[in-house]
Amino acid sequence: MTVLGAAQSAGIFIPTLCNHEKLKPFGGCRLCMVEAEAGGRTSLVSACKYPVQQDLVVRTRSGQIDNIRKVLTEQLLAFAPDSEVLLELAREYQADKDRFAKEPSFCILCGLCVRYCAEVKQRHGVGFIDRGASREIGFIPEIAATECWDCKECFPLCPTSALQAAFVLVKSLTPSPS
Amino acid sequence: MNQATLHHIDRPKGRRVTPADRKALADLLAALLAPGGAGEMRRERLIEYLHVIQDARGHLPIALLAALAEALKISQAEVYEVASFYHHFDVVEEKPASVTVRICTTGACALAGGATLAAKLQNLLGADVRVVEAPCIGRCEKAPAALIGGEALGLVTPERVSQALAGTLSLPETNAEPMLLDAYAAQGGYQLLRECGEGKHDSDSVIATLEQSGLRGLGGAGFPTGRKWRIVRSQPGPRLMAVNIDEGEPGTFKDRHYLEREPHRFLEGMLIAAWAVGIEAIYIYLRDEYAECRRILAAALAELAGQHILPQALPRIELRRGAGAYVCGEESAMIESIEGKRGMPRLRPPYVAEVGLFDRPTLVQNCETLFWVPAILKDGGASFINQGRHGRKGLRSFSVSGRVRQPGVKLAPAGITLRELIDEYCGGMIEGHELYAYLPGGASGGILPARLADVPLDFDTLQPYGCFIGSASVIVLSKQDSARDTALRMMKFFAAESCGQCTPCRIGTHQAARLMAARRWDEPLLRDLAQAMTGASICGLGQAAPNVLLCVLKYFPDEVGASDPGTDVAGRSVSASGATATA
Repeated sequence: MTVLGAAQSAGIFIPTLCNHEKLKPFGGCRLCMVEAEAGGRTSLVSACKYPVQQDLVVRTRSGQIDNIRKVLTEQLLAFAPDSEVLLELAREYQADKDRFAKEPSFCILCGLCVRYCAEVKQRHGVGFIDRGASREIGFIPEIAATECWDCKECFPLCPTSALQAAFVLVKSLTPSPS
Repeated sequence: MNQATLHHIDRPKGRRVTPADRKALADLLAALLAPGGAGEMRRERLIEYLHVIQDARGHLPIALLAALAEALKISQAEVYEVASFYHHFDVVEEKPASVTVRICTTGACALAGGATLAAKLQNLLGADVRVVEAPCIGRCEKAPAALIGGEALGLVTPERVSQALAGTLSLPETNAEPMLLDAYAAQGGYQLLRECGEGKHDSDSVIATLEQSGLRGLGGAGFPTGRKWRIVRSQPGPRLMAVNIDEGEPGTFKDRHYLEREPHRFLEGMLIAAWAVGIEAIYIYLRDEYAECRRILAAALAELAGQHILPQALPRIELRRGAGAYVCGEESAMIESIEGKRGMPRLRPPYVAEVGLFDRPTLVQNCETLFWVPAILKDGGASFINQGRHGRKGLRSFSVSGRVRQPGVKLAPAGITLRELIDEYCGGMIEGHELYAYLPGGASGGILPARLADVPLDFDTLQPYGCFIGSASVIVLSKQDSARDTALRMMKFFAAESCGQCTPCRIGTHQAARLMAARRWDEPLLRDLAQAMTGASICGLGQAAPNVLLCVLKYFPDEVGASDPGTDVAGRSVSASGATATA
């Protein structure tokens, strides 16, 4: 069992944007960082992946954790301004939604759509392309044309209202003007 | 840089793999899959297949990627994800140019005018040659350096590039002859390995000797080598080994230096490790920028295959080729890459010693660490233990570059200070250059001012200064250089090399690079970004990326805070608190 799973079953809130009960832990958003103390040593770990163990002490809030979550929320808000989930986190952690210059893509690369399609639907209709700041999601037109239009089960999972997924899907199925 | 994304590239719609595509792919891969080659197609060798197509065609056409996905029975999405992850693959429909020139603009090459050169060359060489600004290619002692169609050229000038392209200058310009197996054996090489195989040594005493010698992982993390062997050996078999020769930390070129000279010494160390730990198969992961080392290693492995050095069979050895990704130097990202995937670091636990390559317990070692194993075991570790300065023990191979008279790999006592290293091993500073600052451990180890040139350089000695020695790549700056500019270049490097998996690194390096481009830094914002990167990133790339920026705030505040108020690159005015940035 993971720290996140244990906390959730005990009714203790730890924020996360990339975790989903049907999917393998991804550890990408990093909002679930907590302080884990074991053997006299404290380290920051992601609760969605870190296993619980005997005598492990976990702090889910601290000055350090709150500041990390605040900055992560501010960073993500630059990409998905006015996302309801992010604004709620911003209120909780006193994040300034305008702290970073806006670069709206409406995708925070949580990978829920990509992983749901691969792990649950096993269709691989959507994937991660490129890397670093250029990383984005992309639909494979051949697969999308036959699978996605009638499925779209990934859309409700999207923490930013699936705006980017819908845009990329439509674009991948629209012939270029040339 | 791959500009292509799925939704632009895959047209016309509904393309299916045609018999012609299948034949084209089969023809390209025929040599690799022939008897005596790698045998049948395997998912884990995806990157090797992509290299074959890229080498032959100069790009990765969509039709062939689709055929490859079909042949490997994996989704096209997986193939695109992997292909678009690595810098050295061009996922575009047209060949971008007849030849690609990669000019290093990162460490010493930047000080030597790499970026100016890149701009000049693109104009000079025309559209048929593509000039790309590249991260460190590990030829820092001959800055500025470049890769021309994959082959290294040092001391780059427009003339020399033109000569290389015209074929009047043949590449690579080798500066060392690798010692062949016969010569290595004549001086007692492989004798120790043979004795191990014949049961004249036991693995417990070999590991104990290593532990006594104090040998630590020389890739940068410094984990005690003997202890690592013991841990992996205690895991259930089959156990695997992955040798890290990704050597991408800017300013580092020691692994290349040793491989070009004594490949068999490294291989003997590797095989002793495999014997002691009980390894079934070894994967050597070599960065793509080292084409010459690839040939040397392939030849040395072929020599080895024809010999009966051990009474028993050697473990299976595969030489794998990186594809241009700094993050693959991170051990779990390297393991992912060897499995034919994107180089995305794994979340720990579990550690790779327990669950590593193909989910098996895995011994991961840097090339140089293994290189020292035979010598240490022969003299019981004395050659290491009896070295060292200022209370430190051992030897370190410093890759020294920048404003010194004789840059290069310097085998020096651990604990030597920068001033001693420059004066005793590098012939002093270049005429007209006065020491200003230095990076003790490449891009990730931070940056220190000249007044701290008398600090012992070793594992654990630099942490109090916000730095670490890592792979011991020392880049020396003079008063003609700027700590801020260097830090900015390094942050841009991290932003370009981030895998993009986790938020703090993907967005943090990108935003820090933008903020650091401002004349006056927004200190509170940068410190917040640094805290999130250090505390919340998955791997060492994101965790160490802020070191240079924090060091500049601490040691070089005048460079980023005192001048007239400006605006940051986003056009917003810099906050008042940022204006008073001091350490």
